[in-house]
Amino acid sequence: MASRPRRPPLRPPARRPAAMIAAAAPAFLLSACGGSQSALHPAGTAARDIFEITLVLFIGGALIFVGVMAIAAYAVLARPERFRGGIGWILGGGVAFPVVVLFALQVYEFAMTRRIVAAGTPVDLTIEVTGVMWWWDVRYPDAGRGLDGVDGNRELRTANEIVVPAGRRVEFVLTTRDVIHSFWMPTLAGKLDMIPGHVNRLTLVADTPGVYRGQCAEFCGAQHALMAFDVIVLEPDAFDAWVRHRLQPPAEPRDELAARGRDAFLEAGCGACHAVRGTPATGTLGPDLTHVGSRLTLGAGVFPNSVGALAGWIASARHLKPENRMPSFDVLDGVTLRAIAAYLAELK
Amino acid sequence: MTERGDESAVPLPPPGTLANPGPRPPEELQRLERAWACPTGWRFLTVVNNSYVGVIYIGTAMLFFVLAGILGLLIRVQLAVPENDLIGHAAFNQYFTVHGTAMMFLFAVPMMEAFGVYLLPAILGARDLPFPRLSAYAYWTYLIGGLAFFASLLFRLAPDGGWFMYPPLTSYVFSPDVNADIWLLGIGFIEIAAIAGAIEMVVGVLRTRAPGMSLDKMPIYAWALLVLAGMIIFAFPAIIVATILLELERAFHWPFFMAEKGGDPLLWQHLFWFFGHPEVYIIFLPAAGLVSLMVPALARHPLVGYRWIVLAIVGTGFISFGLWVHHMFTTGIPTLSLAFFSAASMAVSVPSGIQVFSWIATFGRGRITWTVPSLFILGFLFIFVLGGLTGVMVAVIPFDWQVHDTYFVVAHFHYVLIGGMVFPLFAALYYWWPQLNGQTLSHRLGVWAFGLMFAGFNIAFFPMHLTGLLGMPRRVYTYPAGLGWEWLNMISTLGAFILAAGVALVLFDMLRRFGLRGRVDADPWDAGTLEWLPSDNYGTRSIPLVHTRDPLWEQPDLARQVDAGHHFLPGPVTAAGRETLITSPLDARPQYVMRLPGPTWVPLLAAVTTAAFFLLLAFKLVAIAIVAGVLTVVLYCVWMWGSDQGEDEPPVDIGAGIRLPVDRSGPQSHSWWGVVTLLLVDGTGFAALVWSYVFLWTVSPEVWPAGDARMAPLWWLAAGAALWVAAGGCFAWARRALRRNAHGMLRLALLAGLGVMGAAYAATLYPQWGVAGLDPTEDAYAAIVFALLSWQGFHVGVLTVMVLYTLARSLSGRLHAQRRLTFDNTMLMWGYMVGQGLVVIGLIHLFPRAVG
Repeated sequence: MASRPRRPPLRPPARRPAAMIAAAAPAFLLSACGGSQSALHPAGTAARDIFEITLVLFIGGALIFVGVMAIAAYAVLARPERFRGGIGWILGGGVAFPVVVLFALQVYEFAMTRRIVAAGTPVDLTIEVTGVMWWWDVRYPDAGRGLDGVDGNRELRTANEIVVPAGRRVEFVLTTRDVIHSFWMPTLAGKLDMIPGHVNRLTLVADTPGVYRGQCAEFCGAQHALMAFDVIVLEPDAFDAWVRHRLQPPAEPRDELAARGRDAFLEAGCGACHAVRGTPATGTLGPDLTHVGSRLTLGAGVFPNSVGALAGWIASARHLKPENRMPSFDVLDGVTLRAIAAYLAELK
Repeated sequence: MTERGDESAVPLPPPGTLANPGPRPPEELQRLERAWACPTGWRFLTVVNNSYVGVIYIGTAMLFFVLAGILGLLIRVQLAVPENDLIGHAAFNQYFTVHGTAMMFLFAVPMMEAFGVYLLPAILGARDLPFPRLSAYAYWTYLIGGLAFFASLLFRLAPDGGWFMYPPLTSYVFSPDVNADIWLLGIGFIEIAAIAGAIEMVVGVLRTRAPGMSLDKMPIYAWALLVLAGMIIFAFPAIIVATILLELERAFHWPFFMAEKGGDPLLWQHLFWFFGHPEVYIIFLPAAGLVSLMVPALARHPLVGYRWIVLAIVGTGFISFGLWVHHMFTTGIPTLSLAFFSAASMAVSVPSGIQVFSWIATFGRGRITWTVPSLFILGFLFIFVLGGLTGVMVAVIPFDWQVHDTYFVVAHFHYVLIGGMVFPLFAALYYWWPQLNGQTLSHRLGVWAFGLMFAGFNIAFFPMHLTGLLGMPRRVYTYPAGLGWEWLNMISTLGAFILAAGVALVLFDMLRRFGLRGRVDADPWDAGTLEWLPSDNYGTRSIPLVHTRDPLWEQPDLARQVDAGHHFLPGPVTAAGRETLITSPLDARPQYVMRLPGPTWVPLLAAVTTAAFFLLLAFKLVAIAIVAGVLTVVLYCVWMWGSDQGEDEPPVDIGAGIRLPVDRSGPQSHSWWGVVTLLLVDGTGFAALVWSYVFLWTVSPEVWPAGDARMAPLWWLAAGAALWVAAGGCFAWARRALRRNAHGMLRLALLAGLGVMGAAYAATLYPQWGVAGLDPTEDAYAAIVFALLSWQGFHVGVLTVMVLYTLARSLSGRLHAQRRLTFDNTMLMWGYMVGQGLVVIGLIHLFPRAVG
């Protein structure tokens, strides 16, 4: 087998200062344990409801387990004369008890399910997420609606990051471009599959600003393990500011290196797959790069974002994430590579 | 004589009767031994006796358990630390796919069938299974298929789509290589073995019980196998159809699962889980049956609540078919329909609860013996109850939205599968080991092994509940540090190795003490069931008259009487030498003496050609594959040629003044029951195909023809239907001719039947491509229509071989009014095929018009 170059360590965006986001959203509150992917750390109403049901199930389950084991231990250890009843145990423990408990559980479950489904409507904001092997295409089809100074509905497109306003009812419209994926942000809600030919809708309300992590939950081929994304919950005002900022095309390159990088970016054909709004690059096969410099991670939630990581990714994407569609541009000379990375890092 | 099942059975003698009270002639035992002698040397490969096939079957399943277990350890090594790059993504994805697939299809299901093959005749008091060569054939295909499946790992060609192989990932666009075909192939072998097993179990349980063992007296394990067989009959066809459709899509691009052409990936999920969930109970029920067989012996008390357990087993069988959608809670199916499946998923815990409390009560009423099997059964109770509780949790819809496809689910199903099947299995291995050679396995090593396995299992899998809730999805080959998963994974890996050490200890002791001996009269547990009677290759010396549930406890002196030949059929009564008693299905009254086949090469050879056929097809070597396929059919014919000897022997005396006929034809014969069972499988498969047709229409009505476009004119329906009916008429004609022994007329009718069947099929097939112009690669509608046509075409092909074979029997003088099993079986298939043809042509012509 060909030698596999070591990947740089994977690190969740956990403790990275969210400086870039903070720049766009001064009111951003950095969560103490950001980057969490834990269902036990709910930051949305649906996840909170499920957390509650989790506690009920665990406490109830533990009590029943201990009870049954105690009966079994007694049955095994006590002398036969002292163990009374036969069929009674079967009818009581095997029939009556489970029927009553499960009936009660079911009433609770269905009420909870209803509440979770109903909580997200009517919808304040729609976010379309499309799963692609192995990254996430994210669109806000009516991002500018109702915002002062924004003319009408304008689509906002990004990739591998999902920014959600706290307290607003958000609907995710989930589709796939290839195989089945499953969209999962454990801190906000349960998962929902993305299935070819189907459009699934997940509604939720995030309630705690912070940085979280999501990941594909349905096996989707070679790099299923490296298909994650950042979830950023912002206060509503900060979210609006973020939208305003993101609707602007990125600023022109500030220095010569970045300008050279832009030209090299266009010349190398990056625009065939990637789009940078305001430039001739309009490809849609790969992630939109319009504001790639302000993202927390690269490669679908895999590497912390930096100029160096950008350069490394461009030069050896195929080695860092084997079988992914992005070729390794290892023919670029060092200067060009640095220039492109500098240009992309400036796209904030 | 009437053709009804029970009426020809003779009445049972009163309880306690000795059928053959006098001393037996001394040479009788030698004749029995000679008839059942095990072939030696190379000829051991021709063995068909269930005591030997069962043992190598169990041994092979153990081998695959170890191989798949090693893959599990490799998975744990890779995941022990974050960002590990010991095993690359490609190998890892193959390892977990093969681990899951092999554990389910090459270990768990075959192991339970193997135990059935080994134990069933003994607990029923029969000398062998009703179709010994079929079991041998199923075993050999399983062995070859399983080895080929594992070998694919060495060439890096192993399947890598996960054990449930969801398209479109596994279809030709995203998995163009042979890997996915290897998976479909492996499943093909297990389908053969499972169906063979189901036929053996239905006929074995219902027709070969010892006289007097009425349904309410047979051991729970026999009930479990009967329900298991029923579940195979109704669940496996769904996966057979699913794998056929996926292979058609992969090989010929017929778009059943491709959304852009009107297919739907969810069709696969429905078919897969309609099989996949009952599959879990196909594994668990026989294991629970083994527990119900062991617990009374280990607690020295009859099972408490026998009837409740029977009810629970049957109930589980039914409910398990209403659960499949709980594997699809996150696919976006409306929550209202999810509620039904959530309720059913919880309901299934009631029958499990009944069984658990019955075992507890039996232990309570009795006094446990502290043996290794007892330890494994107590360990099983602990693990299985915990797995059952997490099972209720994942049946809660919102909770499942979080934990579905995470390590929580990995923990849950290892708890129910290892708890529900592996621990009972190890209890069973320790418990029945003395049947091999009279020795018991080491108690000291056994206690250590149990301790390691129990502790290792819980250390490995308990933390995974938390890992999953902390957000770790399953099937990831690597994960980042910093999410709180590092320590949990490290602990799981350590536990896995402790578990493996326990398994290794058991294997070591088994290899040390392995040995097969014909004659065994050990009963180390003082058990009450018939398999502990003194036995040899021929089973028990005579077949006991039974009138209680625990005959060895309640019928004193039974072992000595049976061994001295005082019960039924104490020696060979026909020239064949191998015989067993066929009894009536409900109250087990003797009906006839069945002759059993002896050693033969045919099952092995047919298995080799069958395996070659599928393997060569997977690698697209079609020409040689066809040669192998033809050879297989020829071997089937050779196999069958010696069967159906007709009622050529005079009735024989089995004792107690009972004279029974030798072999039977008609609905009373075991062979007729076997074919009917096979037709149930067949019909269920066809129903799954029709269901797929309707499902695809509900998903994509826009690709269905509207009006008369892409439809053949209705007179084609009339012509085709008339021809199918005429084909049925030909067989009725042949049947009349046979009854009157009019052989010329019979052959003419058979030939006419073949011709009319061909015409009927042509009139069904041709209009679809010749007139309506359907191209199966075009859209899901055309694809499913051609799938129905191909299914019918396959039946026409099978029937052609069967009719030609029947003709050959007639021409060689082996078919007449008293020797007609071959004809009757062909006729059953024929009647089914005609009915199916009418449904196919009706559906294709009428459904689009009705909905359009």
